[in-house]
Amino acid sequence: MTIQTGFTEDQEQFREVVARFLQDKSQPAAVRKLMASEQGYDPGVWQQLSSEVGLTGTHLPEVYGGFGFGPIELGIAAEEMGRHLYCGPFFASAVMAGYALLNAAHESARQELLPDIAAGTTIATLVLDNLNEPDRVGAGVTAEDSTLDGVAPLVLDAHVANILVVIAGEGDALGLYHLPADADGVDIQAVEALDPTRKLCSVAFSQVGADRIGSVSGEAMNAIWNDICVALAHEMIGGAQHLLDSTIEYTKIRYQFGRPIGSFQGLKHRCADLLMEVEFAKAATHHAARCLAAGEGEPYIANMVKAMAADIYMKAAKEAIQMRGGIGFTWEEDTHLWYKRAKSSEVFMGTPSVHRERMMRLIEAEEVLA
Amino acid sequence: MSEMTNEQIVEAVNSWIDENWNPDLPLLEWREILVEGGWATPNWPKACFGRDFTMEQAGLVSRIFAERNVVPVAQTGPRRLAAETILAMGNDDQKNRYLRPILTGEHSWCQLFSEPGSGSDLAGLSTKAELQDGKWIINGQKVWNTSAHHADFGLLVARTDFDLPKHQGISFFLIDMHQPGVEVRPLKQMNGHASFNEVFLTDAEVASEDLVGGAGNGWAVAKTTLSYERRLGGVSRSFNSVQAGLSARVYEEYREELRVANEPYTWYPQRQGRVDLVLPRAKETGAIKDPAVRQEIARLLSMSKGAVLASAAAEAKRKAGSNELVPAGSIGKLAASVIARQAAQVHTMISGADAMRAGADSAEAGMIAEVLVSVPAISIAGGTDEIQRNIISERVLGMPSEMRADTGPFRDIKRND
Repeated sequence: MTIQTGFTEDQEQFREVVARFLQDKSQPAAVRKLMASEQGYDPGVWQQLSSEVGLTGTHLPEVYGGFGFGPIELGIAAEEMGRHLYCGPFFASAVMAGYALLNAAHESARQELLPDIAAGTTIATLVLDNLNEPDRVGAGVTAEDSTLDGVAPLVLDAHVANILVVIAGEGDALGLYHLPADADGVDIQAVEALDPTRKLCSVAFSQVGADRIGSVSGEAMNAIWNDICVALAHEMIGGAQHLLDSTIEYTKIRYQFGRPIGSFQGLKHRCADLLMEVEFAKAATHHAARCLAAGEGEPYIANMVKAMAADIYMKAAKEAIQMRGGIGFTWEEDTHLWYKRAKSSEVFMGTPSVHRERMMRLIEAEEVLA
Repeated sequence: MSEMTNEQIVEAVNSWIDENWNPDLPLLEWREILVEGGWATPNWPKACFGRDFTMEQAGLVSRIFAERNVVPVAQTGPRRLAAETILAMGNDDQKNRYLRPILTGEHSWCQLFSEPGSGSDLAGLSTKAELQDGKWIINGQKVWNTSAHHADFGLLVARTDFDLPKHQGISFFLIDMHQPGVEVRPLKQMNGHASFNEVFLTDAEVASEDLVGGAGNGWAVAKTTLSYERRLGGVSRSFNSVQAGLSARVYEEYREELRVANEPYTWYPQRQGRVDLVLPRAKETGAIKDPAVRQEIARLLSMSKGAVLASAAAEAKRKAGSNELVPAGSIGKLAASVIARQAAQVHTMISGADAMRAGADSAEAGMIAEVLVSVPAISIAGGTDEIQRNIISERVLGMPSEMRADTGPFRDIKRND
């Protein structure tokens, strides 16, 4: 398989469909309402998103009730969700739990669990006891004889999940487990989040029996992490593009000193730099999805784009506030919603420096092989 | 457009080469035959040594020339810009007098555009041209003139009317560089090389028939030259070398022509930061173990890869017929600056105190030191980063233009003395 360049016409049309849906359903007013709510998502919109538009099954194979597209189409959906700051358990359920099951679960468990995740009738989340680096997963939540113990301090959307997919430590190894979220001995507590558009919980297990549905090799752990990071990078470049677009518009209509502030080089040059870096991160992120789809390409590409997308998203967020001046720092203006998402995305699944270090290790390994 | 099929072209070129190619001829004599034969510039019009070929057809011809090791027309340096400008904007008399010796390599040319007082603002030039007794008398100073020290002629822009707005008072001339009023001095750069010259024009003369495009139309002609410069930018600096082992007379003379033409550009790879040397140097020195260095290397390689992928994405969009504005040129130029600077910084971190050294005994036979003192050129030459950012923000992002202080008669505009 060769690595695709550019998007196909079908992919462009898919983007249109997703964008139109989110434009309608995920306006800033809706985002504000959801971020203030405990639940954090609109079940009606979720139902439409999953069953009518079918986004929850985008990347899942047809045999498991999905649409059989891949990381490219999932990336398109994630990019549009990032642009519109979609609030809901899509990332936790379809992306994180979905990729964990695809990469590490037994066939029978995939057949049992994935169809409902693809249909959106089940909301799952992936319990990782460490969100910084794949090598550090397994110390906080451990399993012995299919009994889970320990705490995962930061889990996405566990408060609305029906099932938990857990990667737990088994001595030197990792195992994949699943259990109902309301099982006895599971304690799910809401955690106050810096980014209120992405709900967080702590999940504690005390002597909870769970189904062991697979082993998670080091390779599988990295694959899960990489798949998630490439989807996350798409969400981030969508957000960065929104911040760039909205900031450019603002500089054209805001007048100071008798002229639009967008006519000052002090702003124009920074916007040009932002555009350049957004273009680089976008191109690299799209390429990363194509590499995953083709099963080839640079082995470090997921690390590279997670770091690049995180850096430009934060830079765009800081500049978006700075260029708006005082109004940019108010609660009323919407920019802080994306700023907070940028900050949480920057550190979620590994900071840029963690990913750059991992990229370097892979480059060194590649050179040794060559 | 020529009606010939590709097969017919291949056959015609090959049989013409079979009949005419003789590597024992002097270079100039060979090129006279080549120009006369119409195979020198086949995409030019039939009236001007060409065959009305498309660029693709012409490309096919030059591939055959290269395959058969046949020496092509002279195309190095600014002479190519001169040829294209005269072909596009010159009158018949100018085409007759100038094109042929450009193609044969008999005449070399230079560009006399930038001035000490007008760099980014080229249209703010103040070199003066006055018509006296049927001749144009030129006074002023030009700068950044590659090849001026061995040029026979120059492409000159000068102001013929100081009372008009700045773009309207400019005229375009072809000037003979071998005359008392023209003084050329090499301009030594901060990296020690002297790839350019300064040209002082003191009552220099241009015949009235060497005005191109009419008085006051110089800006349009200059823009033609500049658009060719942008298009040829990459090409004119990477001339083919002559294959080793070819030693007949025409090859020796061609080799010398290329050597002279390439000389100003030997440091150009260094001004781009030599990203290719980063990993080998980091390993060789052990700096690859330093976590801070690793972070910066990863940043550099990401940027560099991102730039390549973004330019490929822009190309894919263009091919798909998208009319979305993708300023690949300006973004690419800006990216090259950012990458070069980061590469220089990484090389510095890798070398540590050894970055104090220069010369043949220093790292990579002096290449690292040359990187460190050459990188500042890349964000200036061919349009500063600031100009690229203006282009990106105004033409792509649609941001309003800066307020101008240079409208009205040129005479009244504040400028450098």
